[in-house]
Amino acid sequence: MPRFFSLIVLIAAWAVTATLVHSRLLPGPLAVGATTLAELRSGELPFQMACTLARVIGSFAIAMILGSMAGYAMGRSKSVDRFADSWLVVLINMPALVVIIFAYIWIGLNETAAILAVAITKLPNVIVVVREGARALDPEIDEMTRAFQFTGFKRIRHVVIPQLAPYLAASSRSGLSIVWKIVLVVELLGRPNGVGFVLGSAFSLFDMAKILSYAICFIVLMLLIEGFVVQPLERRANRWRRRLA
Amino acid sequence: MQTAGGDALLELRIDAKSYRSADGTPVEVVRGLSLRLEAGSFGALIGPSGCGKTTILKIAAGLDADFRGERRAPGPGRLGVVFQEPRLLAWRTVEQNIRLALPADRIDVDLADLVEILGLGAHLTRYPGELSLGLARRAAIARAFAVDPDFLLLDEPFVSLDETTADRLRDELLALTTRTRATTLFVTHDLLEAVQLADRLFFLCDRPTRIVLEKELPPRRIRSKDMVASLGNEIRALATQAMAGAHDN
Repeated sequence: MPRFFSLIVLIAAWAVTATLVHSRLLPGPLAVGATTLAELRSGELPFQMACTLARVIGSFAIAMILGSMAGYAMGRSKSVDRFADSWLVVLINMPALVVIIFAYIWIGLNETAAILAVAITKLPNVIVVVREGARALDPEIDEMTRAFQFTGFKRIRHVVIPQLAPYLAASSRSGLSIVWKIVLVVELLGRPNGVGFVLGSAFSLFDMAKILSYAICFIVLMLLIEGFVVQPLERRANRWRRRLA
Repeated sequence: MQTAGGDALLELRIDAKSYRSADGTPVEVVRGLSLRLEAGSFGALIGPSGCGKTTILKIAAGLDADFRGERRAPGPGRLGVVFQEPRLLAWRTVEQNIRLALPADRIDVDLADLVEILGLGAHLTRYPGELSLGLARRAAIARAFAVDPDFLLLDEPFVSLDETTADRLRDELLALTTRTRATTLFVTHDLLEAVQLADRLFFLCDRPTRIVLEKELPPRRIRSKDMVASLGNEIRALATQAMAGAHDN
């Protein structure tokens, strides 16, 4: 309830400011709502959002899978960690924009380059978090799995992933928000569709209502994914904790 | 590799075992220990706390290869281990914990008997965090027996349980080892417990440890409670003497 109330206050403040300023550069909620409806009806908004969402999912999945594997390897082996740590430092400090430009120049102005560029930007963050998780794996449980000769698959599925779950959840939380922001930049710089592309062309036309309407719609979409996908998954993974005496 | 003796399930010779402590100084844990366990017999390692019993058990289990000496465990013997702490997967139910340890060829095995003997029937669907220590220990014992081990290792599995529970679990352990004929190595610091359970006792001295006294016991089925007590007293005197002389020379 307080959350709902604070949202109402925010929209009201926006409406009041827009009325007072009365400028084309700050359209009120009603104008933005009308634009959104029109864009929805024409099918433009769903199409552009779908393009962006597909890129978000693609690069998020690549970053999570590669990052988890690399982070696990670095957390488990000191020599791998020592070898790869300097690469990681380079990767962490590489500006997203540089990665995007390199990807577009080397791979070309295409989908592969766009998705890879975003995945690489997100990658070091996943590696760092999962590495911590892999370092914290219980050595006593490890010994138990060796004594009972757990197969590799059984160990990963029933021993490693449940222990890494909080770390995976943390990095996918922060990951989703980083990824979608960078996807917009990638689209702005070199894609003919997607929310980022629309924002870019709206910017050149000073079409503030369109910019606000696309931005808000995408934020809402991300909140829905967080609430209806990420959080339920997290609850499921933590089932056993809530029953603790 | 089968040895000339033929029926030894485990032969262990540890010339030296040491580890590096947190501040980097090497600590010698075992020196000049040799141990032989016949197939189907029940051996107990007895020694003061911190003498390296757990270290020896890990080497016997093949979980620690970093020692000077030789471990010979003939055949592809299946291993069951009960650690000092239950070491259950907190995120899996009791039944899943037991089943996950099973080798591929026993995956559908019927656990009903085992579960009943250990009194776990009502707890199979619970998570380890919801169990008392006694129940968690039983689950760990069930896991070790469920694999139908040829070679069973137990590391003070009844420590910090109340005496009644520990006693009942000891009886259950005896029943299970008798029934399955598993070769068993049991670590404890409790002499009476060892006398009650084992066929052969190995006494260890302080670090660096070795076996200072080895004692074979009369067959288990003719051991009454009184006999356990008097045997215990007799062996205690011998062991004290052996321990006292252990580091003299």
